[in-house]
This record gives sequence, structure tokens and C-alpha cells, in this order.
Amino acid sequence: MRYDAQPFEILENTRIADGIFDMRVKNDVIAPLAVCGQFAHVYVPSKTLRRPISICDKQDGVLRLVYQVKGEGTRLMSQMKKGDSVDILAPLGNGFKIEQGKRYCFIGGGIGVPPMLYAAKQTENPLVITGFRTSSLIILQDDFKNIGAELVLTTDDGSAGRHGFVTDVLKEKLGEFDEVCACGPTPMLKAVAALCAENNKPCQVSLEERMACGIGACLVCAVKIKRDGRELTLHVCKDGPVFNAEEVVF
Amino acid sequence: MADLSVKIAGVEFSNPLIAASGTFGFGREYAEFYPLEKLGGISCKGTTLEKRDGNLPPRVAETPSGMLNAVGLQNPGVDVFIKEDLPWLKQQNTVVIANIAGNTTEEYCAMAEKLSDTDVDMIEMNISCPNVKSGGVQFGTSCESVGAITAAVRKHCKKPLIVKLSPNVADIAEIAKSAEANGADALSMINTLTGMRIDINTRRPIIRNNTGGLSGPAVFPVAVRMVWQASNAVKIPIIGMGGISSWEDAVEMLIAGAQALQIGTVLFSDPYAPIKITEGINEFLDKNNIKSVTELSGTIKPW
Repeated sequence: MRYDAQPFEILENTRIADGIFDMRVKNDVIAPLAVCGQFAHVYVPSKTLRRPISICDKQDGVLRLVYQVKGEGTRLMSQMKKGDSVDILAPLGNGFKIEQGKRYCFIGGGIGVPPMLYAAKQTENPLVITGFRTSSLIILQDDFKNIGAELVLTTDDGSAGRHGFVTDVLKEKLGEFDEVCACGPTPMLKAVAALCAENNKPCQVSLEERMACGIGACLVCAVKIKRDGRELTLHVCKDGPVFNAEEVVF
Repeated sequence: MADLSVKIAGVEFSNPLIAASGTFGFGREYAEFYPLEKLGGISCKGTTLEKRDGNLPPRVAETPSGMLNAVGLQNPGVDVFIKEDLPWLKQQNTVVIANIAGNTTEEYCAMAEKLSDTDVDMIEMNISCPNVKSGGVQFGTSCESVGAITAAVRKHCKKPLIVKLSPNVADIAEIAKSAEANGADALSMINTLTGMRIDINTRRPIIRNNTGGLSGPAVFPVAVRMVWQASNAVKIPIIGMGGISSWEDAVEMLIAGAQALQIGTVLFSDPYAPIKITEGINEFLDKNNIKSVTELSGTIKPW
């Protein structure tokens, strides 16, 4: 795998929900290499570390990065302007493995929803379950509708869509798909993984961990993985971010 | 084009830029960006006698102008390094430095012995890792312990021996002298400074190990000061490191007294930094009609 960091032109960087921004960046050389579930490592001037952001969508040399302002780095990202250049190391990591002929259920929780869009676009008739804490944080509903997905919205507080968790919906729909791909907070992923295991549904989960290099050299983004009867310490950036849920030690 | 080559303890480097241990793995990932021969050398990930899984995550936290890490020496063990990584590294046309850490003096000695029978160019003894319960910094914080472990490992080490010093000490010059007196061929400094960040909402340290090692531009002035003090105290060469992020920093560190440099944290924001820094040093030398980078080392004019 060749790695490269290159300047991307910012085509758009707009707020789409409370504290959530939609950035579109263009680079004709490395953007087209991205597959669903991979991430972009964004350089933020003055910061020591890049920000790993999941790839929400890709089209014609443009990557779409939907991110939440969580700290100083993402706050600075949100202030970047259309026409500016941003240095991005991408695409990184291993994405979702999508097989033709299967019906997939994509589950996103909060800021784990964005990578589900590009993944869902790779499949026929996807079922998409999105969950948010509250209505002000809802994103990407029109995008999922536009690709023809069967879409379910839940909120933890009942302020929009169905009152409850994505797992409540997943339980009811277990007979309607072959495999699950999920991204979101760890408790959600753990619950989704457990449900899938109980019901013999294959499940891929995209994990998050604090990162530095993004390529597997510095070893900070550790994750415990059970494989061939042994517990291994692997790394989200290089071995993931997508893992087989059965192997993850939550 | 100035002469960028340097010689440390008899080992020739094509330029003074060495990738710092722990930031560069065993080189394979960064080899996907550029040929590793662009680097003077690579100091490999800290290796222990047996495989280690390291600390639980989170292992990293950003700080003002820097970062904390507490990886905890995750590595496959020295035998796997020798068998699987070293042969590949030796084909990359750059100096290969093995970095060793251990729980006991015996472990350090055993690793030095094993590595002495390999093609590794140099051995860097890490007695300054702040992130493991044992096998690191407790060897590196007093003159007596630094002297004792250096003397012990020296007996088993047939390769040039670099001792990597901790900045978490009261008098770096005395520590440096103790390493030199007991057989170190070179010093590398500084390892990270012990630090801590706390999430004010959860009141939990951000790093699972509670404390971590601070690196990046924040530590650069501390590193320059310590390299200067140590270089005044010893005759053996010093490999300077700690927050070097630009060619100007690199030149400053050389002027302070370093003969070669390691860079680490800057790689995380700019993987191409070693190449840019090497080019910058070359331009600086040409502009100032300096024929060799070695002429810069220790040319500080202190007040």
C-alpha cells in the first residue's frame, strides 16, 4: 500500500447540524483511491497531530468528510474556508468488505453515521438505521433517502423519529438482511455485535481510537482482537478501522 | 551541495537525520512514502527480550505544541525483530539502530549479546522509557544506576553502544559523564518528559496509563539546553532529539552540540519532514559556505 499526503482544495465546509460540519475536498490523484470505510488524516495548521476523519462519500476526485467539532483541532477545521488548501493523508485503513448479492443493514450512531453513506451506496436496497442523541444532531437523512435506502431514524430522547436505540430497530428487522456494518459509540457497537452474534448475522464494526501516525508505525491506537484462539493487540489505523465484530474484545 | 555525512562512533551516516525510536516502527510503513535511504538512519521501535502487548488505550493525548504517549513498549520481542525485520531493514541502505529496553540488567545484557551477533549497525540502550512499570526510566535517573547498567551492557555489546538519556533528572551533565565513563560510545537525548492531561468532565487522565511521555515542539528548548549541557561535559558524540520540527530546529540542535539528530513527533503531522529538514540543512550550509555539516556541531557562542 502506497501512502501519500497531498494538498486538497476545499470546495465546501458548511455546518449541517449542531457542531457538525460537511467538508468537501478535491484532489484528483489520491481521492479516487478511497474505498468505503477508510479514513482521511487531516493536517490542521499549528496542531501536533492530524485529525482522522471517516470518509463519508467519494465522487469524481472529491472526498466528503462529515465531522463533529470535539476539540481545538476540529474547531480549527470548521473555520477552514472554501478555496483554501488542506493537506490530507489518505486514504487510510481497511474499509468494509461488501459482497454483491447480499442485503446489508448499515447502522450508524451519531458521528458514526457518515461512513455508512458511501458504504450503503455500494449495495442494492440497503437498510440503514441511524441513531442520534437528540434532534439537533441529525445528519444525512436526505442523502440516504436519495440513494433509495430503507431508512430508520431513532433518537435517544424521542425528539425526532423513533424514541429509542438503533438496537431496538435492529431486533425487529433481524430477518430482513444478511449482514450488518456498524459505526458509532462503543456501547452501541458492543450491543450491535452481541445481537448479531446471538442471531448468527455477520457483523463488521468500524472502531475509533486516539491516533497519531495513522499508518501503523507509532502503535498508539491499540485494540484487543481475538483471532485463532489468541488475544492480539492490533491497531485501529492499519489493521482497521473496520474489524469483524466477533473478533473485537469490547 | 554540502557534505551532509556524519560519523558517530565509527558508523557513517549519509546525513544526520535519524528516525527516532517509537515513532517509525521498523520502517516498513514510512517506506511506503519514500525510500528509507533518504534517512541517515533508523532507530527501531524499542525491543524487549520477550514480546510485549503494551498499555491499554488511550495511549496518546495532544498537548499544547506537543503530545503525550504511553504505548508501553509494545513490540514482538528481539528474536522476531532479528528474524523478520532486520534482514529487510539491512536492504534499505540506511544505518540500522536497534533500540533495547528491559526489566533487568540481565535482560539488557542478553539482548545486547543477541544483537551483537547480527548485522545491526548500532545498539541504542533505552534507559529512559517513562511508560512502563519497570524496565525503563528507573535505570536512567541516577548516575550510579546509569553507570552500572552501561558498564554491564558494555561487556556484552560488540556493537557501538548509544545510551539514550532521560530528561527527568536533576543534573544531565553528571548522568552523561557517568554513561561515558562506563563505556558508552555515544549518547542520544532527550527521551520524553513525563507529563499528564486530565479530562475535566470525567476527571480521568486522558491516557490510560495516567501519565505519559511529552514530545513535540513543546520540549524542544529543554532538549537544546540539555544537549548543550551534556556536550560540555563529555567527549563522546551526542545524537540530539526532542521536538525538532524544522530545518532551523535541526541547525539549532547541531549548534548546541549535537553531531546527529533524531526526529519523531513531527512525522505524525508531516511524514516527509526528514526529507524537508535534510534539504533545509543543505541549503543553510551552502548559503553560509559551510562545506560539511560536521562544522556546525557545537559552534554555539554562549554568553
